[in-house]
Amino acid sequence: MGSPLQFPTAASVDTIHKAIIFEDVSLCFEDLVLLDGVSFELKKGETKVMLGVAGSGKSTILKLCLGLLRPDSGRIYVLGHDVTTMKEEELFDLRSKVGIVFQESALFDSLNVRENVAFRLMEEKLPENEVDTRVREALRFVELEEAIDKFPAELSGGMRRRVGIARAIITHPEILLYDSPTGGLDPITSTTIIELIMKQRDVSKTSALLVSHRLQDGFMLASHYYDPITNTMRAVDGRPMRDVHTSFMILKDGKVIFDGTAHDLGEIQDPYIKEYIS
Amino acid sequence: MELISPTDIVKRNVSSVQDYAALSWRSFTNLFARPLYMAEAIQQADSIGVGSLPIVVLTGMFTGMVLAINSSNTLERFGSLSLTGQLVSISMVRELGPVLTSLMVAGRNASGMASELGSMKVTEQIDAMRALGTDPYKKLVTPRMISTVFMMFFLTILSDLVGLVGGYLISFLLLGLDTFQYWNTAYQSLTYNDVITGLVKPIFFGFIISTVGCYYGMSTKGGTQGVGRATTQAVVAASVMILAVDVVLTQLMLSVR
Repeated sequence: MGSPLQFPTAASVDTIHKAIIFEDVSLCFEDLVLLDGVSFELKKGETKVMLGVAGSGKSTILKLCLGLLRPDSGRIYVLGHDVTTMKEEELFDLRSKVGIVFQESALFDSLNVRENVAFRLMEEKLPENEVDTRVREALRFVELEEAIDKFPAELSGGMRRRVGIARAIITHPEILLYDSPTGGLDPITSTTIIELIMKQRDVSKTSALLVSHRLQDGFMLASHYYDPITNTMRAVDGRPMRDVHTSFMILKDGKVIFDGTAHDLGEIQDPYIKEYIS
Repeated sequence: MELISPTDIVKRNVSSVQDYAALSWRSFTNLFARPLYMAEAIQQADSIGVGSLPIVVLTGMFTGMVLAINSSNTLERFGSLSLTGQLVSISMVRELGPVLTSLMVAGRNASGMASELGSMKVTEQIDAMRALGTDPYKKLVTPRMISTVFMMFFLTILSDLVGLVGGYLISFLLLGLDTFQYWNTAYQSLTYNDVITGLVKPIFFGFIISTVGCYYGMSTKGGTQGVGRATTQAVVAASVMILAVDVVLTQLMLSVR
């Protein structure tokens, strides 16, 4: 297992260098334990890939980060704010600094791509021309500018995920949360999505939590970097100086059973994790 | 099938009442908070008000007609057929106009709101809206509440009027009553209390329709099956609440006469 997990007390929480801090967070729903004493940190600029079987609590962690769910106990700090004590109205401001890509994209089906991507900007009543420029910029980033007038029902699964990413990045958030962005997609489209996540990581240096069922998504992020000259991803091999700032976390039954780098994961002796990654 | 303990049933129901009360209070207090989504409210007013016009007109017309037929049958026995207009107007304005209009609008719009918001809930669109920094209660619930209350008021006036016209058609064409006599008795018999009662009720009923529809939509669980369940429950709960509140309001308005 990676370095032993040590978490600061409330008084000594380092919220300057840490984007997200979970301190002994537990959450139950009726008799079902969703999270049981989860503690971890996400450094600024780091991408953490959360792995685990279905129902292990990965998506719940993302919702807790945004204050969409409240924990039964423990503390959650996002960009220095304790979201467990904040009111819903106070959370709206914080959420403008955190982007999320939902599992099934969660695009507003009555709005077209432009309106979906521009949703937050339109809520902020930004001028029409500025909204248009930023929407096109975000759609260009996900290489989907031609779909600007289409409705979600007219898009493929992969296109919907890309629109979801465009909607999440349009405000240049400091943290991005990806909930199974490649779930249910074919391998080629999945690679395209991972390439976009990598591009966002390496170009904007955004901190990110990525939930995935696919181990290869995590290893691709940990072993490749985005090359802005060729606009493609390239393997880190032979470039030891390049740090991709990507780590792994594995959850089992609502508990963190691994938190470390790809190298740590490769050397792990835990039989469950060995079987999981094999 | 697993048996649920009576304590759990009570807890669940109390919790539902508490959640409904919280939603109602929040949708009301949002009236005084910014931003106020007036464009959404106007769009909903069009959908709820204009969209409900045909059913409201038809319901009002047929109710007025059947009232005239039934009352004339009884009044004829006492030689008071000329009072048909009076009976139709009091019944329509005080009771049947507001209640039947509300029940029809509940059937059409409480179900519409529950299914629309329920679909958004199960596809995580509500969570997405919150994650994007927008309060779904302000953007989705309050505009529906404003427009339903506003449109119910005018739909009820229209329903009352059309009901009176329906009663007149029966009185004139089938019962051979004089036009002046019908409208004169219909108008003269109405008191301020009747009119105010008839206009206060739709405001409460509009609030019930919108908040119940939105509550069931926002608390939908269990995928598409859950959306169907929420839709049915919204109509049933809204209809029962309208009838129950009608009893209270009628008694209350009579006592302040």
